[in-house]
Amino acid sequence: MTNLSEDVGYVKKIEENEKRKSLKKHQKEKKNVLVDWKKAFRKNWELYVLLTPVILYFLIFHYFPLYGLQIAFKDFIATKGITGSPWVGFKHFERFFDSYYFWRLIKNTLGIGIFTLVVSFPIPIILALMLNEIKSLRYKKFVQTVIYAPHFLSTVVVVGMLLLFLKTDGLVNQIIQLFGGTPISFITEPAWFKSLYVFSDVWQTMGWSSIIYIAALAAVDPAQHEAAMIDGASKFQRIIHINIPAIMPTIVILFILNAGSVMAVGFEKVFLMQNDLNMSTSDVISTFVYRSGILEAQYSFSAAVGLFNSLINFIMLIMVNQIAKKVNETSLW
Amino acid sequence: MRESKTDRAFNIFNYVFLAIVALLVIYPLIFVLSASLSNPENVISGDMWLWPKEFTLDAYEKVFQNKDIINGFINTLKYTIFGTILNVVMTILAAYPLSRKDLKGRGFIMAFIVFTIFFSGGLIPTYLLIRDLGMLNTFWVMIIPNAVAVWNIIIMRTFFQSIPHELEESAMIDGAGNFRILWSIVLPLSFPVIAVMVLFYSVGHWNSYFQALIYLQDQEKFPLQLILRQILIQGQTDDMIKATSESFLAQQLSVEGLKYAVLIVANLPMLMLYPFLQRYFVKGVMIGSLKG
Repeated sequence: MTNLSEDVGYVKKIEENEKRKSLKKHQKEKKNVLVDWKKAFRKNWELYVLLTPVILYFLIFHYFPLYGLQIAFKDFIATKGITGSPWVGFKHFERFFDSYYFWRLIKNTLGIGIFTLVVSFPIPIILALMLNEIKSLRYKKFVQTVIYAPHFLSTVVVVGMLLLFLKTDGLVNQIIQLFGGTPISFITEPAWFKSLYVFSDVWQTMGWSSIIYIAALAAVDPAQHEAAMIDGASKFQRIIHINIPAIMPTIVILFILNAGSVMAVGFEKVFLMQNDLNMSTSDVISTFVYRSGILEAQYSFSAAVGLFNSLINFIMLIMVNQIAKKVNETSLW
Repeated sequence: MRESKTDRAFNIFNYVFLAIVALLVIYPLIFVLSASLSNPENVISGDMWLWPKEFTLDAYEKVFQNKDIINGFINTLKYTIFGTILNVVMTILAAYPLSRKDLKGRGFIMAFIVFTIFFSGGLIPTYLLIRDLGMLNTFWVMIIPNAVAVWNIIIMRTFFQSIPHELEESAMIDGAGNFRILWSIVLPLSFPVIAVMVLFYSVGHWNSYFQALIYLQDQEKFPLQLILRQILIQGQTDDMIKATSESFLAQQLSVEGLKYAVLIVANLPMLMLYPFLQRYFVKGVMIGSLKG
């Protein structure tokens, strides 16, 4: 027994000693950190000078609006400013959740997002896989030059073309009539909105989005293909078993990014394609925020709606990333 | 090695399929170009379907007589040139220090910048900030709020990191400071990435309308894209043709031709630059994808 208590006392002593040591070490480290910073600054002060405008820019134009987001929980009064306006808790969120357009906005935003993901995401992959099998360099180059081109058109131009082609006496309806059909009023028909949005998006972006996969395919080791060919694998088999696994990490990363932004339907194109008649399917969260915030000046309310949307986007991204990590062992972080 | 039957079938399918895809992409563009050069009657009636019919430059004449379009063109040119200069300078200022492994606090600053991709204050708080800064309806609002893009910082940083560090070290031994190293060693080696940045940013400025829609009120300050929106999407073409003494029907016709011509004029700079754009843009995407 005595032995044991002695032992305990001894162990305590050692522990205390070590604590003291580590404390000293910590203090030393603290000093060292300061010295390190001073040293680093003296050596590379020019680099910090270069960074200053950049940091100021991000503080003002990106972090200050984050601070300004508090108006979502306040009744913003311009004369009192962001800080001075009274707190109201979740009033604006409740008003949004209870409003009759809430479910319409969710349905449209999610609908367009998922439709885009399902159609726009796989097409560039297929394009890249097919382009990769073209042996004639000139033909490949030609196809690439053509399909990249729409990427450089502005949203206004693409929507303008869409309207010109799809109006009741436009090119598409002329073709429909040529085959004996009746003209369709694509632009004002709510049922057509999502398809027009997604397929014009495919038209504009498929080529450009395929570049990243083409780059990934270029890195595939030709020896793998040679070995498979000797074993008698067909071209199609080689695509399935060599090329697709090779670009899988790229596919997963891009899928995470795309799936994570399924509720982040952009403003620019939807807004241009909207008209009074197709609002029932074309109104999404971002256009709603623009209308109630910028046009109707309901700042607090629309800031709340915007915050709700960015929170969902953020959560979605993390969730999809988490799932990908489990399933595929590839993730963003 | 001889091709098997299935492989040959696959190849044929592949060539034909890609030809169809290319055709679907290019046909609308050719149609717009041809329609802008045709007598609008032929476009409406459907007689013109590939090459211009009854060639005319009438529509272009009307476009170039329009004050709003000319003014918008000049405004866009201004926003694009000054905006791009600021963008590229800011990107270099951010990317060079962050490319240096001996920069203390590098990880933190990078995280501070990248975080803004994933979470932002959103439209309304940003709008209120711009308003409080007194930037509404000014030239500056088209340039400063988008002074630098995070993604482009990452691309440029990746490029800078690929420059052999020994070059910088030997300059340091010779007594050159960091400014000197950036200016006379790093930048001269960075022409390709700077070209990519200039193109990325300038295409962005040329094509954007959102900033202008939200922050500008005066028609005289509008960029070309907003004028295009008025003509193509809101159908405001009255004052462009009223001056002419044509009949109502003829006016409707010239509106039609005019829209196609406007589309072409708006994309003229991009069309002319396309060969460069394609080469450098693809390069940029490749650099970005290494680290993305």
